[in-house]
Amino acid sequence: MCETCGCGVTPGNADLMRARAGEGTAVDVLKDLLAVNDQVAAHNREHFDAHGVLAINLMSSPGAGKTALLEGTIAALRRRYRIVVIEGDLETDNDAARIRAQGVPAVQITTGTACHLDAHLVHRALHELPLAGVDLLFIENVGNLVCPASFDLGQHLNVTLLSVAEGDDKPAKYPVIFRAADLVVLSKTDLLDVMDDFDPLRAAAALAALGRGTPMIRTAARRTPDFKPWLEWLERELACPRAVPASASSRIAAAVALRA
Amino acid sequence: MHELSICQSLLAQVAEISLNNGAKAVERIVIEVGALAGVEPALLARAFEFARSGSCAAHAELAIETTQVTVSCMVCGAQSRTVPNRLLCRACGGYRTRIVAGDELRLLRVELRTLEWQPAPAAA
Repeated sequence: MCETCGCGVTPGNADLMRARAGEGTAVDVLKDLLAVNDQVAAHNREHFDAHGVLAINLMSSPGAGKTALLEGTIAALRRRYRIVVIEGDLETDNDAARIRAQGVPAVQITTGTACHLDAHLVHRALHELPLAGVDLLFIENVGNLVCPASFDLGQHLNVTLLSVAEGDDKPAKYPVIFRAADLVVLSKTDLLDVMDDFDPLRAAAALAALGRGTPMIRTAARRTPDFKPWLEWLERELACPRAVPASASSRIAAAVALRA
Repeated sequence: MHELSICQSLLAQVAEISLNNGAKAVERIVIEVGALAGVEPALLARAFEFARSGSCAAHAELAIETTQVTVSCMVCGAQSRTVPNRLLCRACGGYRTRIVAGDELRLLRVELRTLEWQPAPAAA
């Protein structure tokens, strides 16, 4: 088609012809701004699926009990399932050391100043973590109720912890991370008898108001340890076929599923 | 949060589009930020002023379209506009909903000033 004489001009391409004369051109895009992270996350997910690994992203505020939950989980399940862990912290490898002390491989990502893990960091960590024969991978995210929610790591499931030492209105204050959860774990329930201000029903109501019907289960890791509902949930998820991430909670997968 | 790194991702996409279209400059960028996107439009606008320096979009205007949250009820089917931490159906109070709008973070449109067609220089 001639580009100079205008013989191919129609109302549909008239704008482009004017562009040739040195004016503007508009390009419609509709592309997600986190597309690069999401591509790496999808690659991670393929890697997990290729090895039949269930990948779970653990998120919470600092000190809510993620590492203690993992220690209890490993103690209960390590004879029946092969577990590996990716730890994320700004500094120290204290958490990875705790996991390794349980006899489970752990890779520590120290982010320096980054307040969340992203798919690229997880991808690099996976180079040090062979997945052959592995059943379950936990990614313990950086303690933070804001940023981790926005970054797909390639996980199949999100678990957000809320401890009874925090406010029971946290799900209302941090809707993105609580809505992203496939399961909310109410931790440190052994302290409920001394935490007068914490009402589990209020926390459950704030979570229900986020419109996903997300289950909330209770755990205690110290004093009177109780992981039963958590382990039951885990074993149910481990028994699910992993070929199609039916309860996948990555931002993209959730967006696709929710819009279907 | 991360408005600055989001601006960097945005500018990378814009630069690619600009290059693919042989543009002289980027005049206007239109993005959509949903209320549940985890990004603050005002902070994004501020970050953009820094991030665009020296790029193909150094003088570009950033237009941010904000989208409120709309949920679709899995109980009664109604669609309702609502707020980020109260995603229940406003028609029936149903607590199982799908987000149909409000979690977008995307580049909608790039307006470019394109190169003029240059005739080849005549042989000497």
